[in-house]
Amino acid sequence: MNIAAYIIRRIIFMLFVLLGVLIITFIVSHVIPADPIGAILGPQAPPELIEKINREWGFDKPLYVQFILYVKNLMHGNLGKCIRTNNPVLKDIIIRYPATIELATTALIFSLIIGIPSGIISALKRNKLIDHFIRIFSISGLSMPVFWLGLMLLYVFYFRLGILPGPGRLDLGLTPPPRVTGLYTIDSLIAGRLDLFINTLRHLIMPGFVLGFGAAGSIARLTRASMLEVMRQEYVKAARAKGLIERVVIMRHILRNALITPVTVIGLIYGGLLEGSVLTETIFAWPGLGRYATGVFLFLDFQAVMGVTLFIAIIYSFANLIVDIIYAYIDPRIRYG
Amino acid sequence: MEKLLDVRDLRTYFYTYRGVVKALNGVYLTIKDGEVVGLVGETGSGKSVTARSIMRLIDPPGRIVGGNVFFEGRDLLKLSDREMTKIRGRKISMIFQEPIIALNPVLTIRTQIIETIMANRDVSVNEAEEIALELLEAVGLPNPKMIMKRYPFELSGGMAQRVFIAMAISANPRLLIADEPTSSLDVTIQAQILDLLNRLMEEGRISSMLYITHDLGVAAELCHRIAVMYGGRVIEFASTEEIFKEPLHPYTRSLLKAIPRLGYYDELYTIPGRVPDLVNPPSGCMFHPRCPYMKDVCKKEIPEYVEIDNSHYVACHFAGVKDVR
Repeated sequence: MNIAAYIIRRIIFMLFVLLGVLIITFIVSHVIPADPIGAILGPQAPPELIEKINREWGFDKPLYVQFILYVKNLMHGNLGKCIRTNNPVLKDIIIRYPATIELATTALIFSLIIGIPSGIISALKRNKLIDHFIRIFSISGLSMPVFWLGLMLLYVFYFRLGILPGPGRLDLGLTPPPRVTGLYTIDSLIAGRLDLFINTLRHLIMPGFVLGFGAAGSIARLTRASMLEVMRQEYVKAARAKGLIERVVIMRHILRNALITPVTVIGLIYGGLLEGSVLTETIFAWPGLGRYATGVFLFLDFQAVMGVTLFIAIIYSFANLIVDIIYAYIDPRIRYG
Repeated sequence: MEKLLDVRDLRTYFYTYRGVVKALNGVYLTIKDGEVVGLVGETGSGKSVTARSIMRLIDPPGRIVGGNVFFEGRDLLKLSDREMTKIRGRKISMIFQEPIIALNPVLTIRTQIIETIMANRDVSVNEAEEIALELLEAVGLPNPKMIMKRYPFELSGGMAQRVFIAMAISANPRLLIADEPTSSLDVTIQAQILDLLNRLMEEGRISSMLYITHDLGVAAELCHRIAVMYGGRVIEFASTEEIFKEPLHPYTRSLLKAIPRLGYYDELYTIPGRVPDLVNPPSGCMFHPRCPYMKDVCKKEIPEYVEIDNSHYVACHFAGVKDVR
């Protein structure tokens, strides 16, 4: 089987996953005993008004009719209207998602840069001091609450030392670069504004680190375990028996195999980071999807909730698709399987 | 003939949570230039650990704690890691029990065979490629060019073992250590691999060999001398003929009795008891709990490994005494 067929198969599979996500979020948001209309209008609203709105929004129809209606609208890019912002949900999402993508991607990069080398060193220096140190560090990364770490870093590096900027994507008073992708890092470069680029990066450091720290811990642990597993394999012993120097044994025979496991979970981790951005965005006043989601959830604004969920599911699926392609590239057994 | 390999009092222990596993308790073994020596014994007797200790491929929690491994007059255990790397593959190479898992699953055969050739010989990639093709042909693989492009999981066990043999002989080593190279293969394939090894010896591509097996029949077919291991020691070492005609150690005798024979329909002889626990080994001679000729001294003293007849070595208190049996 060639790689193109593999990718097509994965994309078809992805469509089914998205349909599943759609059905589940739809059912969950329609069967929970909440009354969104009541939540908006308040307890004093006259019953005729509630009935009228229910009819207008189609809430009086059977569930499957509502679902078909929803999917039909979805096909036309209509995700419904956000009750809170009074904008089309799609528009709200499009405004906000680049901020979240930028944050989650920064966090992913942080977690990989910290996690993978730590895991490798930890395994190569098994049971030495450095191994114990890294293992304690990764456990603390996993168990440290995001809000606590976020506030502590803000207190130390922003409030006390003043070496890093505070909340937000840019310093107050700076105008964002003209929107092309919505990612400030890229847009500022397109606009040729190096000052904006650096400012954006500085703003990304703390929230990116806070969000990525926990993931770094799990990546380190995973890499370590995977390394130790591979180091026990017969082919590693055989590689040494063949007369290869230790550097080649490590780079070509151990790392190449050991990194397969961490790479395959990058997609999952990215999903976790998108989810985790809810808290981080709140702490760092980050105008992304996470904060938007918090708002609409509290308002029981189901059109918006479903829109956000679906959107995150799409990004998540794409991340996993990319990972699957990388996986097929590094492990021939998958490519031909 | 000169001694190519001279292993003296080799001891390798594994420091596990259960306790110290004394896998090798003073192994003596010699291989002369041009000779094939068989190392036989049950599972857990220390055959593979012996091979890996000679190659210095013991990973933690295992450690070689004592002894000497003289190869071409130099003690391998005293070499630096870098010097040892130059011995492996060039002077001593090894083939493994399960060839498929001894090949790296994510690299092509081409990558693995060429890296081996280039690690041990001073050649360019193109030259290595030619050598590789020639070697694959020599080990009886049809269409070497196709094989080079394959991944290990696309090969059968027999093909993978042939690939491994090609790599092992690529630098014309003085000694090939074969660690049960046919045990994981089908019977017909086993015969083919044995034929191949025989042919490669005739062609001079393999000069000396340490052949590890639990199959005395295979050892008889292939080897000049046979060393029998029990409980982490070589307990008898003699020419193949003497091992079969005049075994001195009770364990060797039992092993020979346990070989199934065509035409004999009696129940197959089995050795009573089980292999010794190497964390808490039996006192004295490790074989004493299973030995039909056991005397008091066997429980108390470890028998020395001594030369009884000309080049017939044995570790038994009563090896010299003829009428004890």
